[in-house]
Amino acid sequence: MEFLETISTKFNYWIYIIIMMIGLYAMISKNNLVKKLIGMSIFQTAIILFYVSIGYKENATIPILYHDQVHGAQHEEAGDQNELSNAVEEAAKEIHVAADEQAEHGLEASHVDHPSSLEINPDHFANPLPHVLMLTAIVVGVATLGVGLAITQKLYGEFGSIEESEILEQIKSAK
Amino acid sequence: MIWIFDIIILVFLVVTALISLQVKDLLSAAMIFGVYSFLMCLLWSGMGAVDVAFTEAAVGAGVSAVFLISTVLRTKRRSSD
Repeated sequence: MEFLETISTKFNYWIYIIIMMIGLYAMISKNNLVKKLIGMSIFQTAIILFYVSIGYKENATIPILYHDQVHGAQHEEAGDQNELSNAVEEAAKEIHVAADEQAEHGLEASHVDHPSSLEINPDHFANPLPHVLMLTAIVVGVATLGVGLAITQKLYGEFGSIEESEILEQIKSAK
Repeated sequence: MIWIFDIIILVFLVVTALISLQVKDLLSAAMIFGVYSFLMCLLWSGMGAVDVAFTEAAVGAGVSAVFLISTVLRTKRRSSD
């Protein structure tokens, strides 16, 4: 039973391993160059799946603060002081300093609320750090796919084939 | 994420990856690879990675499929394996 639980709760990781090995197999053993590149893309998305699965938490939502969570907290009285609310207070002080400077120049300083408590539990949000890293990986992946397909088109213009074995034969016979 | 959707999408991911590599027609391989990318995008949006999901939907499924189809049109459509 413990074994079944280990498998079912980490199902993403098992599938990630399977998809990655499918991609690696295609890159090595497929004869067609376009098929090889599709295999490379599958390999890349499998790795991205692994990283996104790391950032996932049970019962967690998307890592975005809602309007109520920020502005609702400003009207509440001071709760427990955590690091985040200290940071928000410092930001509010800076706004006050800027507003005072504006007042010196004859402008009417608008009223700035003190955000006294901003309670955010990080357990309720998915970890955004792997997401940000993988955004870059997706763009790099499509760039490598584009370069590979461009080379495939040039090879087809040169050899008249996109099969690896035929291209290798022509190279050998030309020597 | 609802676990039954999770399992269904993951199984379909493996199936579409295998089909897109096994099919002999390269144009249908490109389209099934687009299906694979959209399934991956669904899975990521379910896991709370919406930014990664819509980048994958636009770049992975859209632009990759266009690149593959344009290559297939400029070269051969049939594949030996």
